[in-house]
Amino acid sequence: MTAPRALIAEDEPLLAQALRQALAEAWPELVIAATVGDGFSAAREALALRPEVLFFDIRMPGQSGLDAAAELFDAWPRESPLPLLVFTTAYDQYAVQAFEAQAVDYLLKPIQHARLEKSIQKLRQTLAAKAPAAIDDEATLQRLRQLLAVPGLAAGAGGTPPRLAVLQASSGSTIRMVPVAEVLYFEAADKYVRVLTATHEYLIRTPLKELAAQLDPQEFWQVHRGTLVRIGGVEAAHRDEAGRLFLQLRERPERLAVSRLYAPLFKAM
Amino acid sequence: MRIIWLDALRHGLQVLAFCCVVAVFTTLVWPSGGYPRQLVYSVCIGGLTWLVIEFGRLLVPREHCHRNPERQGHGWPRGWRGLLLTAIGITVGFFAGTRLAAWLLGDTAHMPQRDLRMALVVTIAAGVVASFYFHTRGRQSALQAHIASAERDAALARLMLLQSQLEPHMLFNTLANLRVLIGLDPAAAQQMLDRLGDYLRATLGGSRAALHPLADEFERLRDYLELIAVRMGPRLAWRLDLPDALRSAKLPPLLLQPLVENAIRHGLEPEVAGGSVQVSARTTADGSRLALQVRNSGTPLTTPLPQTDARLGRSFGLAQVRERLQTLYGDQATFELIADSAGQTCANIVIPLQ
Repeated sequence: MTAPRALIAEDEPLLAQALRQALAEAWPELVIAATVGDGFSAAREALALRPEVLFFDIRMPGQSGLDAAAELFDAWPRESPLPLLVFTTAYDQYAVQAFEAQAVDYLLKPIQHARLEKSIQKLRQTLAAKAPAAIDDEATLQRLRQLLAVPGLAAGAGGTPPRLAVLQASSGSTIRMVPVAEVLYFEAADKYVRVLTATHEYLIRTPLKELAAQLDPQEFWQVHRGTLVRIGGVEAAHRDEAGRLFLQLRERPERLAVSRLYAPLFKAM
Repeated sequence: MRIIWLDALRHGLQVLAFCCVVAVFTTLVWPSGGYPRQLVYSVCIGGLTWLVIEFGRLLVPREHCHRNPERQGHGWPRGWRGLLLTAIGITVGFFAGTRLAAWLLGDTAHMPQRDLRMALVVTIAAGVVASFYFHTRGRQSALQAHIASAERDAALARLMLLQSQLEPHMLFNTLANLRVLIGLDPAAAQQMLDRLGDYLRATLGGSRAALHPLADEFERLRDYLELIAVRMGPRLAWRLDLPDALRSAKLPPLLLQPLVENAIRHGLEPEVAGGSVQVSARTTADGSRLALQVRNSGTPLTTPLPQTDARLGRSFGLAQVRERLQTLYGDQATFELIADSAGQTCANIVIPLQ
């Protein structure tokens, strides 16, 4: 077996250096493929280098470690197993609670040697046991999906914000009132979010994440990092030859892609 | 409508004791019957008066009553309702009480008119005194409860202020960096530890003085920014601009701290490239006021502040700055948070120059 490789995502240079050194001592055969300082590079580099182990800081510039993980897991090629993920955080009660609940490995900063060694031991065992045939990616995805749903962690919203009934979308010099009840799906597009009803399309600036926190999760399902769909408006879910899942809507012609992270939400009862 | 039986019992016993005292007085007026006889009259009248008032007030809608602060029960009825209740209580107490006592003692003869009038005067006097006593007692305990709750609020506000200044995430990240520096560069570690010590001392003790010199304020900001600079490395550029003439100008301690913290937390930290923070002080054009500014590049201000910021303390930090300015200077101070023409976020404070 070739030496395992790791990616470190940590925005504070001293802490990144310290983790690199600690890993060099405690796990000499591990190769640090790269060290990055923000959430965007974390996802990009992980996809480019395809390491076996990821050490992701939670609070990073660009996007959080959690979002970076979601992005790269979505785009991860299906033929190779998902990398092992360890989150690092200085202090975050939400995060720690969620990690404990989901049994996701995490390290608290300042990172203590004893704790790091325990974590390494677990990673080594998992890597050794991971025969290419027996891939338990489904459990990993499930855990990440659960973490992303924790209020105050990924969405960053505290408490329960009030439910949104009407969206205000500007079109030229007028503000259009769009009842949420008419919306079929939301799609993130660059700096905007596209709002689609049966007959119209609007653009709003509120980030999809903030929007999601103000919508009924029973009514609107997240099916992709950039898509929230009114589940009642979905006619069917189809799987293509490559195994990708698409949603067909009742009142609109487009087909919406379901990402790998959310595909397990669609299964026959 | 909820009756608090323990309170009612306590009131009843107090009334009973009071009746015993009144009976002593009436025995002096009508010595013929002796003390036991007067006590029966006194307890019957006093007891009925009390029963009518104690339970009669439960019929008065709660919105017309004083708040009973400690417990959820019914307070004393406000204004004329209270007076009316007292009058009804005394009237019922007197007429029903004398009948009841006469029946209990087997008195058949009618009381002479003069004695009846005298007894009425005694009842009214005793009733008014007792009602007044309970009324003031109630008000006093309401006042005490009000003071206690105000103290609780103030303590909570101080705690929240402290928590916002000693943000755990910042503290633990600083400790994590220190841990690394100890092995890597002990001299730098010592320096960082000194900064942290000064910062903690200022944060924990600073809120006690009402005002301190601008030079001290900038020194504390320097401590904070140096700590953050170790963590953020080249992603943070910062500058403090304090003209010598303003070094001794006074302001509330750590007033600017939450603004600088917000600039870092919400302006610079989310940006991959980081950014810059500048803090400056100058006098206004007419020379009578002090203008302070915290200016930062990075993620632009969004209005209204997104939901996420409420939890992360941006709104608390701003509300706290606003509140302190209002308390100290009233209308003499202004505070605004704007995006300037260069797209930078500016927090501007203007206070009287002292």
